Amino acid sequence: MGHWMSVPVLLPLLTAIILLLVARMGPGVERGLSLLSMLALLVVSAVLLQSSMDGEYQVYAFGNWVAPFGIVLVLDRLSALMVLLTTVLALFAVIYAFNGIDQKGRHFHVLFHMQLMGLNGAFLTGDLFNLFVCFEILLIASYGLLLHGGGPLRSRAGLHYVILNLAGSALFLIAVGVIYGMLGTLNMADLAVKTAMATPEQQRLVHISALLLMVVFGLKAALLPLYFWLPGAYAAASAPVAALFAIMTKVGVYSIMRVFLLVFGVEAGALANLAEPWLLPLGLITLALGAFGVLAARCLRNQVAYLVVVSVGTLIAAVGLMTVESVSAALYYLVHSTLITGALFLLADAIAEQRGAVGSELRPAALVSQPVLLASLFFIAAIAVVGLPPLSGFIGKLLLLTSASGTEVMVWFWAVLLVASFLALIAMSRSGSAIFFKTDAAAVASHTHMHPVALFAILALTASSLVLALYADSLTSFANDTAAQLIDPLNYIHGVLGPDAMLSTTDMAMMEARP
Amino acid sequence: MEALIALAIGVLVACGIYMMLRARTMDVVIGLTLLSYAVNLFLFASGRLTNNAAALISPDAAAYADPLPQALVLTAIVIGFGMTAFLVVLAIRAFGDLGNDHVDGEGRK
Repeated sequence: MGHWMSVPVLLPLLTAIILLLVARMGPGVERGLSLLSMLALLVVSAVLLQSSMDGEYQVYAFGNWVAPFGIVLVLDRLSALMVLLTTVLALFAVIYAFNGIDQKGRHFHVLFHMQLMGLNGAFLTGDLFNLFVCFEILLIASYGLLLHGGGPLRSRAGLHYVILNLAGSALFLIAVGVIYGMLGTLNMADLAVKTAMATPEQQRLVHISALLLMVVFGLKAALLPLYFWLPGAYAAASAPVAALFAIMTKVGVYSIMRVFLLVFGVEAGALANLAEPWLLPLGLITLALGAFGVLAARCLRNQVAYLVVVSVGTLIAAVGLMTVESVSAALYYLVHSTLITGALFLLADAIAEQRGAVGSELRPAALVSQPVLLASLFFIAAIAVVGLPPLSGFIGKLLLLTSASGTEVMVWFWAVLLVASFLALIAMSRSGSAIFFKTDAAAVASHTHMHPVALFAILALTASSLVLALYADSLTSFANDTAAQLIDPLNYIHGVLGPDAMLSTTDMAMMEARP
Repeated sequence: MEALIALAIGVLVACGIYMMLRARTMDVVIGLTLLSYAVNLFLFASGRLTNNAAALISPDAAAYADPLPQALVLTAIVIGFGMTAFLVVLAIRAFGDLGNDHVDGEGRK
């Protein structure tokens, strides 16, 4: 694909710069440009996904410095999928923001595109330090977006979020420093080769830094015990920002998949599969506590934030099983949960706007002014997120349960996932009835109607669940291919460093056995 | 030299964590700054501590200094500097919005 691979990183950057220059020309120009760039990005990421389908690794070396000496972007099925998912979510989030939210402060679209640049960079990079840099880009843009619009609630949530993430960045750098000091490289493919060849003294320190990396990615993904920042931050952010943040936790999940299946994957010698004892239990506990949070939330936005925690717990537990089936199921569930939690954040905002001062709190208030429309949308989105048939949540959870069946941990996995889904079902039906049935007749009703663009964005994201269910067959076969590509680190190593870079352990055993 | 650098990093981390655990925004900012100093020193040392080693390729050099950690440190310093500036502004903003400098915004007025 040549230079096309760098477009998902460069186009948002260029757009952000141009948006800064035309900031004085009014909201129309700003919105048009933002939308245009987003549509172009959508086309490019769809083309990239199409080109990744043949399973070839495409490597883009900055300044033609070949890996492992230079910094590379690597496009495989997983990164292409993540870039496309980000773009789709961002497109509808930004369309929702056209209802006026983007004008509540300055430079909304600039920050939005910078965030996209960081996200796409994180998904495409093949270098650990570059991953850190992309994390920082997406974080600093997210700080601005979280605070966009202002207010005491946002200042407080923003302060916590920024401080936590700065501490996380310090840990990331320490881990990167130890890894570089021990192995002498930061290119992910080369790291995988060097990890397998590490001496016992090096292994101990590399092990420590790998676990430090897991802490950092766990903080981004909102994994237990590092998820306490999430409900506050996501509930305080404006709706389109919260919807975009639905992909931010997935960056942590993606990084865990990338680093712990590749660098510390099955070929890593003594350090092989070092994440295995951690991911499954942490994921399941996160899932369980997230479900309690969903049940206990007193405000719809908070509830959706806890649904994000639930989805992260589910994903990490599935990745922790480390089989092709479970990773494939996790990928399907990842696409579904990102889009549907994004839709729910937007919907919660639309509902809150029509309930006056009560907002999205789950206590009696005036009936919303478009009850049939909002209640139907809420009903569909709730079905999808809880995992009832016929929508994508059901298929996702079915795939997850099937992938865990027959394994040693099947009882735990099934029990936690099913009970958590049941709790989410109770919670969502309770919120639905609290909002649409237990209305307070005495309260003053608002007569605001949903902005057409807002309705379009919510409809499109909710409909995505139906599309994911209709095309489940081709999607799962793509997810299977992706998982198969991901689970064997040699694919990536050979794809980036060439076919002679490393022999598999079985090949090496055969060579040693030969006289 | 190793002991001195290790001691300096250790003291900086300890002071940084102590300051970060104090629940006042400016203390936390100072704590994070100290921690990022420690991290920068640490990254710098990850390329090994060498004296008088050549930075560029020369025919009679016995050893080379590793240039990569210096590039990493430079990036980390720039990012850390920007983040600290942002955090200071945010802390001032939070003080204005919440009326006090407690990180939870609910300390004694």
